[in-house]
Amino acid sequence: MALKIVKGSIDRMFDKNLQDLVRGIRNHKEDEAKYISTCIDEIKQELKQDNIAVKANAVCKLTYVRSLTFSCNTLFCCTRIGYLAASQCFHESTDVIMLTTNQIRKDLSSPNQYDTGVALTGLSCFVTPDLARDLANDIMTLMSHTKPYIRKKAVLIMYKVFLKYPESLRPAFPRLKEKLEDPDPGVQSAAVNVICELARRNPKNYLSLAPLFFKLMTSSTNNWVLIKIIKLFGALTPLEPRLGKKLIEPLTNLIHSSDSELIVPLSCIAVLISLSSGMPNHSASHVVCVIVKYLGLLAMSKILKTHPKSVQSHKDLILQCLDDKDESIRLRALDLLYGMVSKKNLMEIVKKLMLHVDKAEGTTYRDELLTKIIDICSQSNYQYITNFEWYISILVELTRLEGTRHGHLIASQMLDVAIRVKAIRAFAVAQMATLLDNAHLLTGNTQRNGICEVLYAAAWICGEFSEHLENPLQTLEAMLRPKVATLPGHIQAVYVQNAAKLFATVLRSQEGNTDSTTAQETSQLMIDRLPLFVQSANLEVQERASCILQLVKYIQKLQQKDVEVAEEVSALFAGELNPVAPKAQKKVPVPEGLDLDAWINEPPSESESEDEKPKAIFTKEEPKHSRPRHTEVDEKELARRREARKQEQANNPFYIKASPSSQKVYQETPGVEHIPVVQIDLSVPLKVPGLPMSDQYVKLEEERRQKERAEKKKKEKKKRKEKRSGRGKKHDSGPESEEDITPAHMVDIVTEEMPEVGRSGMNFTEKSSKHKKKKQKKEKEEKEKKKKKKHHHHHHHSDGGGEESVQNGTVEEEEPLPVSLCACVCDIQGNLQDGSQVVVSVIFENKCNSFLKSMEFNVLDSLNSKLQRPEGAGPHDGLTVPFQLPPGVSNEARFVFTVQSIVMPQKLKGTLTFIVKNEDSSTHEKLDFKLHFTCTSYLITTPCYSDAFAKLLESGDLKGSSVRLEGVNMPFHHLLARICFHHHFSVVERIDSCASMYSRSIQGHHVCLLVKTADQTVSIDAKCDEPSLLGNVLDEIKQTFSQC
Amino acid sequence: MIKAILIFNNHGKPRLSKFYEHYSEDTEQQIIRETFHLVSKRDENVCNFLEGGMLIGGSDNKLIYRHYATLYFVFCVDSSESELGILDLIQVFVETLDKCFENVCELDLIFHVDKVHNILAEMVMGGMVLETNMNEIITQVDAQNKMEKSEVRIFDHENSQSPSYI
Repeated sequence: MALKIVKGSIDRMFDKNLQDLVRGIRNHKEDEAKYISTCIDEIKQELKQDNIAVKANAVCKLTYVRSLTFSCNTLFCCTRIGYLAASQCFHESTDVIMLTTNQIRKDLSSPNQYDTGVALTGLSCFVTPDLARDLANDIMTLMSHTKPYIRKKAVLIMYKVFLKYPESLRPAFPRLKEKLEDPDPGVQSAAVNVICELARRNPKNYLSLAPLFFKLMTSSTNNWVLIKIIKLFGALTPLEPRLGKKLIEPLTNLIHSSDSELIVPLSCIAVLISLSSGMPNHSASHVVCVIVKYLGLLAMSKILKTHPKSVQSHKDLILQCLDDKDESIRLRALDLLYGMVSKKNLMEIVKKLMLHVDKAEGTTYRDELLTKIIDICSQSNYQYITNFEWYISILVELTRLEGTRHGHLIASQMLDVAIRVKAIRAFAVAQMATLLDNAHLLTGNTQRNGICEVLYAAAWICGEFSEHLENPLQTLEAMLRPKVATLPGHIQAVYVQNAAKLFATVLRSQEGNTDSTTAQETSQLMIDRLPLFVQSANLEVQERASCILQLVKYIQKLQQKDVEVAEEVSALFAGELNPVAPKAQKKVPVPEGLDLDAWINEPPSESESEDEKPKAIFTKEEPKHSRPRHTEVDEKELARRREARKQEQANNPFYIKASPSSQKVYQETPGVEHIPVVQIDLSVPLKVPGLPMSDQYVKLEEERRQKERAEKKKKEKKKRKEKRSGRGKKHDSGPESEEDITPAHMVDIVTEEMPEVGRSGMNFTEKSSKHKKKKQKKEKEEKEKKKKKKHHHHHHHSDGGGEESVQNGTVEEEEPLPVSLCACVCDIQGNLQDGSQVVVSVIFENKCNSFLKSMEFNVLDSLNSKLQRPEGAGPHDGLTVPFQLPPGVSNEARFVFTVQSIVMPQKLKGTLTFIVKNEDSSTHEKLDFKLHFTCTSYLITTPCYSDAFAKLLESGDLKGSSVRLEGVNMPFHHLLARICFHHHFSVVERIDSCASMYSRSIQGHHVCLLVKTADQTVSIDAKCDEPSLLGNVLDEIKQTFSQC
Repeated sequence: MIKAILIFNNHGKPRLSKFYEHYSEDTEQQIIRETFHLVSKRDENVCNFLEGGMLIGGSDNKLIYRHYATLYFVFCVDSSESELGILDLIQVFVETLDKCFENVCELDLIFHVDKVHNILAEMVMGGMVLETNMNEIITQVDAQNKMEKSEVRIFDHENSQSPSYI
């Protein structure tokens, strides 16, 4: 047996694989049949072997032989099998495909429609860019085949061809459009299919087909076509709002038309949903109902975006869907709930969701629920939460979920709420203290992002707001338990730091006491427990612990001398943390006399700065750069450089050395795995005594609201009474509205507008609205002032700017200059090395008294010409001008454009944005301009000798054209100089009042001129191998002379 | 676009798989396994749509399936297809199979995979729906089968001396 296997594998080495087979067939052109039959014999032998790989190879070869040989025999059955096999096992990277082109082409043009059909079907599965390119024409002709069966397939496969070979779309599109009105419904449907798929990728281009589809929609009876067209209109309507209005009528007609099958499910929606609750066991209707339910929810989520009110009325129905057995439906319903909450129903909805959290089995669904609950509650800055005690208790309840991955999310919510809602802090601290006390319940899951992340928040909150703690000593004790050492490092670090905060609080509370034993005991506790953390492998834990340990030891010494230390210790952690807005830094005024933009040393020269930049940013990549260039650099040299670089990095304050992350270190420490992980004892009741139940808040909230309402009514009554006594007007208090529900706690909402300063800063979110109003007013006034100033500014400078310079026939048109920048194009030069590049030099001149900076040059690319941007930049990104302009200074920048065709002149639109900086303000300004690429700018002055010139003219490849200029009053040599200068020509020969001139375009077109002058008339005969380029150049010459 | 059409039985044994995008063999098998796993654990009376399924391309895709006796018919489609339309297409597919095989059962699919492929080829081509009219599909399939039969007779006659290749 073993011998057999060995023999098999040796045989395999000599086996033909598919490539060999194909090569062999091609090499045996004369006796192809004979060769194939021997191959088949071999294959038969191979199939009989035990080795599975050999067999697979054999089948593969057989497949190919089948598809190849038998379709030559024009036997349909074999063609069919061959293509089926090919469609199943060929794919784009199968290299045999290259060889099949001719075979497929033969089949496509077969007289048998089914041969063609089978070939098309097969091709649709393995079309490659090469095949698409080679066969696009054949398929195009098939699109107008006499048989609808072929037409239909050919139309459909065109989509695949377009995907692989996009150039074919343009020529094929008219025919495709034609097929929309094909007499055969199958072909029509195929065409609709293809256009729908195309439109999905780029709906804009197919707007013009809307009327045609409109007609189809009203006339077609094919459901499939209708569905597709409706989908297509769905994609088109956002682009063309008018379409939507037009669509309403036919769509409603469609719904009501009796012959359409669509009507059945649609009209059943209402009936079935109501039925489903009454008839639970009717399975047939149930299935349909479930489908409709799902689709309904899907539709509702779309409606929700535009008309939230109309969906909100179905709240109960959607809540019911949460009870559905089907996960797909539940997830959809959850999505909907997010948009439906309001102050009124938040508690109710979340209560429902919490019930589901308890019931849910799968962790994915439960995690989904958890994130949704938090999303719903925290959306738009806790807009809908009226009672934060309730929210905290919800969060605490969520921590009891086993195996969730979202501990981090819960933790960040706890921190956020505790920091921003001041009134809640006492409550939150109490809750967190209980959490810390029961930490053993949470530590079962130490994996990252596990629920133990919550302890991070709990420890921090207890430490930071320790003044609210009832029994700080107990919490301190809980935080210093030896089990804490099993927690992830970053949590331990927070524990240690906050233990110190708690220690300070305990000391302060014991200050007045004559009996100092408690204080001393606390110090002893710290000294006893902290060494555990000092030994931690986590650097941060270690560092903090050893620092604090020494501090406590010192304090203990002082305590023994009866020195009062509490004041000083708590000073360590003095000050309150306030939330900081993301853009708060902006509000910090820049100190007087500090100019952040001014250079503090001599500005480095341009080239230097360019060199330096990549060095600073990509230090690591440097060796890569240098290696290919200096391949001769030896190892020694490299080592020396490496050393130098290390030195440099060490001296560079901005170079961040790679440091192992705290998490990693924790994981790498040996022995951590051996620390026994505490398993949650399942007998432990999930409801921890002392933790609040969120449910009770729902009730409380209800009571509170009722009370409020009652009070309000009382007030209202009072008012009414007063009013009655006064004017006698009636005023009804309507039903409770959204705004009437006053939140129990206020949230500090940090937005961009609100200036916020960090620790020890002032809090601007005062409740008194007076302040705010005043401030707003002030701001407004200031803004207006600024505006006026700006206006003034404009006037002042408008006379200075606005100069255009015309050179080289290229004009940069500028809109009325708003400020003070004058930019002129000094040259547009083709790049001879690269036939598709044009370099534009622009001179920027600052003509005002302000400093101009952050200039960005951007051009709207056309199909033909594109601004070259650095790698990685998007097609609409601007280019930064590499310099700033102090008043009165000018500088030149160059921009490179790539151009495809140079035979036509072009205009590109662009904008230049920059910042004008004055002493007191800085404003953003924008300058629109047009860049005019003349054909002349693609010409390059090239010297030419008269004999070469004569040869060129004789060759007959050039096409001629001529132009006459009247009334040119200038000496002939001036005229020639002008043409040379403005249009990049060189004089080949000059005889009296006659001259021949030559120039070449960047893409190598020859342009020859013969200029004659007589009596103020200049006639120019020109020849060029590109007539349109020549025409444009002549036009430009004519324009140059008409200007003088 | 239809990304893939899968038929497998209640135990997850694939009976037909047609991918309209190329995946490696391993991935294909993994996709079938995952799809079976997702679909089989769902109740009889829940909806026929399923989102997710990580392998076969991200969030845009949906599984639309129907369960007939011992077989699951699963179409994986992207968002350009209408859910109801595909559901209808599955129905047409199964009815066509039923007509062609006369009371189709799982065994028919096992022994005549090529025929099932041929029928499918008349309905879906390269991931796009070609024909939804059952009569049209059957006419074309029948015509092709007839042609094949007439050829096979000649073919067998020609090769009566040598044994057949497969």
